[in-house]
Amino acid sequence: MSEQFEPVIICFTCNWCSYRAADLAGTARMHYAPNVRLVRLMCSGRLDPTFIMKALSGGADGVLITGCHPGECHYIEQNYKAQSRWLLLRRVLKGLGIAPERVKLTWTSASEGTKLTKDINSFVEEIRDQGPLAWHKNLQQEKQEKSQHNPQQTPVEVTA
Amino acid sequence: MSNDKTKKIGVYVCHCGTNISHTVDVEKVRDWAAEGLGAEGVVIARDYKFMCSSPGQELIEQDIKELGLDRVVVAACSPHLHELTFRNAGKRAGLNPYLTELASIREQVSWVHTDKEAATAKAKAVVTGAVERVIENEPLEELKVAIHPDTLVVGGGIAGIQAALEIANAGKKVWLVERDASIGGHMAQFDKTFPTLDCAACILTPRMFEAGNHPNIELMTWSEVTNVAGYVGNFSVTIKKKPRYLKEELCTGCRICVEKCPKKIVDQGYEAGIGYRKAIYTSSAQAVPKYPVIDTANCNFFQKGTCKVCEKSCPTEAIDYEQKEEFLTVDVGNIILATGYDLFDARKMSNYGYGRLPNVFTSIEFERMCNAAGPTSGDIVLRDGKTTPKTVGIIHCVGSRDRNYNNYCSNICCMQSLKFAHLVKERTGATVYDFYIDMRTPMKAYDEFYQRVLEEGTLFVRGKVAQVTDAARKASEEGKLMIQVEDTLIGKQRRIPVDMVILSIGMEPRHDAKETGKLFGIGCSANGWFTEKHAKLDPISTMTEGIFIAGTATGPKDIPSSVAQGSAAAARVLNMIMRGEVTLEPIKASVYQGQCSGCRICNSLCPFNAITFLEDRKVSEINPALCQGCGTCVAACPAGAISGTGFSNDQILAQIDGLLMDVTLADA
Repeated sequence: MSEQFEPVIICFTCNWCSYRAADLAGTARMHYAPNVRLVRLMCSGRLDPTFIMKALSGGADGVLITGCHPGECHYIEQNYKAQSRWLLLRRVLKGLGIAPERVKLTWTSASEGTKLTKDINSFVEEIRDQGPLAWHKNLQQEKQEKSQHNPQQTPVEVTA
Repeated sequence: MSNDKTKKIGVYVCHCGTNISHTVDVEKVRDWAAEGLGAEGVVIARDYKFMCSSPGQELIEQDIKELGLDRVVVAACSPHLHELTFRNAGKRAGLNPYLTELASIREQVSWVHTDKEAATAKAKAVVTGAVERVIENEPLEELKVAIHPDTLVVGGGIAGIQAALEIANAGKKVWLVERDASIGGHMAQFDKTFPTLDCAACILTPRMFEAGNHPNIELMTWSEVTNVAGYVGNFSVTIKKKPRYLKEELCTGCRICVEKCPKKIVDQGYEAGIGYRKAIYTSSAQAVPKYPVIDTANCNFFQKGTCKVCEKSCPTEAIDYEQKEEFLTVDVGNIILATGYDLFDARKMSNYGYGRLPNVFTSIEFERMCNAAGPTSGDIVLRDGKTTPKTVGIIHCVGSRDRNYNNYCSNICCMQSLKFAHLVKERTGATVYDFYIDMRTPMKAYDEFYQRVLEEGTLFVRGKVAQVTDAARKASEEGKLMIQVEDTLIGKQRRIPVDMVILSIGMEPRHDAKETGKLFGIGCSANGWFTEKHAKLDPISTMTEGIFIAGTATGPKDIPSSVAQGSAAAARVLNMIMRGEVTLEPIKASVYQGQCSGCRICNSLCPFNAITFLEDRKVSEINPALCQGCGTCVAACPAGAISGTGFSNDQILAQIDGLLMDVTLADA
């Protein structure tokens, strides 16, 4: 690995559009940064904000959400619901002191392997600029410190 | 991480020949699974050249039997390719198919990354994610639903007619819905068909008649589908029957009303704007069904309240001005969409002058002009209706292969243009110039036809026409249409005078294809054509089970291909009907009623109306047959009372844990 910061990114994909776009990117041998790891959901509407918090607190530096273009949802309109949740979550993130830019939403159709590749690459660069989130590291440290100060108390585990 | 050590997991890493192993160190991934994930319950990890081959699958089956594996992870290609293969392998060895997980390290890793070290690290993470996820997988039972033996075919063009006839001839009932007054589609407008020069009407009208009179076909013209409910095998479809303003049961199709009707208007539909029809009309004498329809926007009675000539002239008193639209709900098991195409609007390319220069014609206008039953009785004449052209220019790719309009090839324009060149030569003896970008004649007997037209003396100019103009630069150009083109074979600009220009206009998706797609729950590509389940291996199916597509609704096609697709779609439907029942993916949401607080947040989220609120018990309930498994309600339930099989919270959270295990280990 090179000297530069290599972020780890979790990307939530929709089974019908972006996951297929990722398959297409593969079949067409379009290259993108290896920093992104995909989770398949049936729909971006399935995305529970808990998953995003889980990813960020578990060591990811950024989260990319991908869904069908507006009006093209396989389940008619569930991508709009994903968008509403994402907008709300951004406010929560801000409150927690996490840059909302670490969680991004993009639209990709099944035929847009090129767009997905571009979106992934630009997001990796954006997170690289943000630097490490290291939430996980800090959590562990915090846990250790707490248990040193109050050895009787069970450490408060922040689960998402 | 899961603390459950009772699971026995097998991990199988595929080389895919060298597709995976050239970028991913397969042995390292295997060793990581065996050693690094032993604590997670991995008891065996193997790598193999082709996991999907019979020996590869047998390897898994053997391990399940001998080692008592209760979970399997295959690190190979996309689940969209081989998920079923490995589920079946597990099933054969007695494992519930849903306890097998496919980790995509080909599409998501080896094919998209080049750095072997980074790719191997990612492959490990992807495998770890799949292992953590599979621990949380639950055995699921597929749902079986019965298939209703009736079929709905939407669109009565040649593809829809073919599909309907195939199914009807097999003894099954078909509802054939067409929004125009007659079936036949675009093909009914044509004169000759390439490359055989068969008369379109001669080959189509018998089929139209057969479809219109088949005991198993319920023909519904002048009708539209307004609602589709249900799911594969059990669709409930609402069809709107627009009023024709005549009683079909009384009408004999004598067309006296059409003859007597005093209102004559330009027919923008069937006659493509170069002929006339009456306010009460049938598209042609061969229309199926034979009943006319009243165009209320142009009818004197509907507009001014007087006339009623049709009513007075009808010998059977069939005219009924009071007729209202009717709605009919039918149950069908499968649906075939053969909704066809629209034509490119040549006015958009103002440099070709269509609509401004009278002697510029579109291909469909020319088709009508060539047709013996058309407005000119088959005479090829200029817009004045009498002058025979001495020189004709035919321009290919109008609106196609042009990034300003449609970037795709419309498939039929080359052959259509060659057919026109032949017809012009044959009927007028005129000099024909044919302007093409590339000549595409790949199907059976197509190139032979091109050779024939070459030998007939048509002059071919390779180049995209820049402009068609009537602005003369010199006296000899007066009264001519000048075609400005770069002849790319001689590398020169040319200015060619002609009397008539024919624009070979391309095909476009139906203007309302998106709404139609939404109605039936299928998607459109970026260009607007309906998307196939698989462009190569499953061009007839869609992502929605029980909905099939045929003909030009999926992209530009010629008649033989449309017919072939119509037959293919029928074969798929008959396959479903013969099976009698179909198994559905058990990816569904369900409510733990003990945990449901009755807040009803989920109720409004479901676009399929699968969630109902039980007033008596104050809890919500999900109908599994209507649930499509998107999981939006699962994500929304504030009480965590809704669970979604196949994609449960536990599964996804575990997968995230696994995907990030390397980060966690590095930090610890």
